[in-house]
This record gives sequence, C-alpha cells and structure tokens, in this order.
Amino acid sequence: MFELYVLLLFMIIGAIIAVEIKDLLSSVVAVGAVGLGLSVAFLILKAPDLAITQLVVEILCLIILIRATIKRDIPSVNRRKEVINSVMALLFIGGFLFFAYLALKDLPSFGHPIMRVSQNYLAEGLKKTGATNLVASVILDFRAYDTLGEATILFTAVIGVLTVLRRIGRKRVDEVAKEEDEYEN
Amino acid sequence: MKTKEPGMTLIVKTITRLTVGLILLYGIYIVTHGHVSPGGGFAGGVIIALSFIHLMLAFGKDLALKKLSRGAASFFESFGAIMFLTIGLLGFIGGYFFFNFFSKGKPFNLFSAGIIPLCNIAICLKVGAGLFAVFVALILLEIPIRKE
Repeated sequence: MFELYVLLLFMIIGAIIAVEIKDLLSSVVAVGAVGLGLSVAFLILKAPDLAITQLVVEILCLIILIRATIKRDIPSVNRRKEVINSVMALLFIGGFLFFAYLALKDLPSFGHPIMRVSQNYLAEGLKKTGATNLVASVILDFRAYDTLGEATILFTAVIGVLTVLRRIGRKRVDEVAKEEDEYEN
Repeated sequence: MKTKEPGMTLIVKTITRLTVGLILLYGIYIVTHGHVSPGGGFAGGVIIALSFIHLMLAFGKDLALKKLSRGAASFFESFGAIMFLTIGLLGFIGGYFFFNFFSKGKPFNLFSAGIIPLCNIAICLKVGAGLFAVFVALILLEIPIRKE
C-alpha cells in the first residue's frame, strides 16, 4: 500500500499546482498528470476496467481542453486578499474532516469483509450470465437498468451540447459582432 | 495560421498513418472482448472516437469528416441508444426487462454471455459517435472574441 500513498501525494501536489499556476496550458497539463496518477492508483487497487476507462477519458478530456485553451487569451483573475473567506473555508474543511473522521471510523476496513450483495454476485455471476468479466456481468446484466440511465444521461448531454453549439444560434452573434465592428470603424 | 495544407507537419502525418488503424483495431478488440477481459463498451467507444479525433488533429477536419461525417455520427449515436433500449425491451420475451434471453455459451469464448456483447456494441456506438460529435461541435465553434 506504500506506493498508493506516494501516488496520492503526487496527485494532491498536481491538483494544487493546477489550481495555483498562472499559465492556462500548464494547468491543463497538471490536471492530466492527476488523471494519470488516478489511473495508476486504480491499477494498484486491482480495478483494470476502471483504469482503462479513466486513462482513455482523461486523454480525451485533455485533448479537448488543450484544443479549447491553447489559442484563447483568457485574462487571469485578479485576486484580492480576502481574509474572512479563507478563514471560513478553513473552518468548514476542519469541521468536515472532524465529522468525517467520526463517521468513517466505524466503517469496515478496505475490502474486508465482502458485502452481502457482492458475495452473491461473485458466487453466481459466472453461472447466471456466462460472462467471465464480472464487472461486465454486473453493469450489463444484474444492474443493466442503471446502465440504461447512464446511457440516457450521456445521450441527453450530447444532444444539449449539439443544440447549444449549433450554427443557427451562432450566426446571429457573428452578425452582431460584425455590426459592432462597423460602428466602431 | 492559414497554411496551404491543413493539419500538422509531415512527421505527424506519417506516424498517424501508421498508428491510427492500430488504435481503431484496439478499440474494436476492447469492445468485442468486453465480457471476457477488462474493458467494455464505454472504454472501447472512447478509444474508437479517439482514433477519429487523432485523424482530425493530424490531417485537419475535412478528411476526418469525410470518413465520419457529423450526420453519420448523430445517426450512429441515436442508433446505439435505440439498439440498447431494444435489447432491454426484447427481454420481455423471457419475462422481465433486460432478461438475458440468448444462450450463455461456454465461458471464455468470444460468443458467450448472451446479451452482454450486444449491449457492449450498442454502448460503444453511442459513446463513440456521441463524443466524436461533441468534439466536432467544439472544433467548429468559433467564438467571436469581444473587444474591450
């Protein structure tokens, strides 16, 4: 478990760099490093399905983010020293950690004992579905209804993006921008 | 930034020509073996979308859109969603929603596990085409930068 803690430390440092750095592109690269660390952490915890998905989605997000940010000149935010905000944030984080410690102390330790539901799946998954990959047998057979909901969410999200970014809505903005330019000239 | 040939330099184009087919094949492998080994419809669909995005980044948007146009991407996405729902509804033959009505076959075979490979293919079509469509929409978007 030692390498897991090293990875967690690496991910925390990467996340802090991603938040604090001024350059937008470097920030995106730091986010990518955090995602890669998470993928390796899934591999260490013996979840190759999740590791593959995390790695692939991370690359896709990174490409989209870099493509979207590389030529944009986004002004950096002016930060003022706001003492009250920082103190309130620290207080809330402290309270959250305290109560989380109280609540999570009584949970069973990681991986032991196996929960009742998953015991059933592990025992009968191969016999009932014929799939040797138990993750596939859970998400597409035992819990296929959840997967249908997830698929619907993705479908709706894609339709929403295509609707917001469609050409008809954009033309008007272009024309307005052009007219403003003409007035200025 | 307008050059005569769209896309990146010759080196990138050559490497892309060599690798893009392998990436596509790997995505298809991940999808079709989703019930035997780690992987599945979601990851494989994203890898297939990434192969087309790879093509688009290296050769420019015209060639990639010739291979898989925006209308085709929309069609495949809707087709995948309807296919997944149809598989679920066909389960009513056996009694309930998402009933595994095919024969289970032998474990560790490619054609086994009943409806699970079919669901994987449906999800792959939906996810891959959907993410490619989103990427195309984001690429073709040109926000006019407001002057201040």
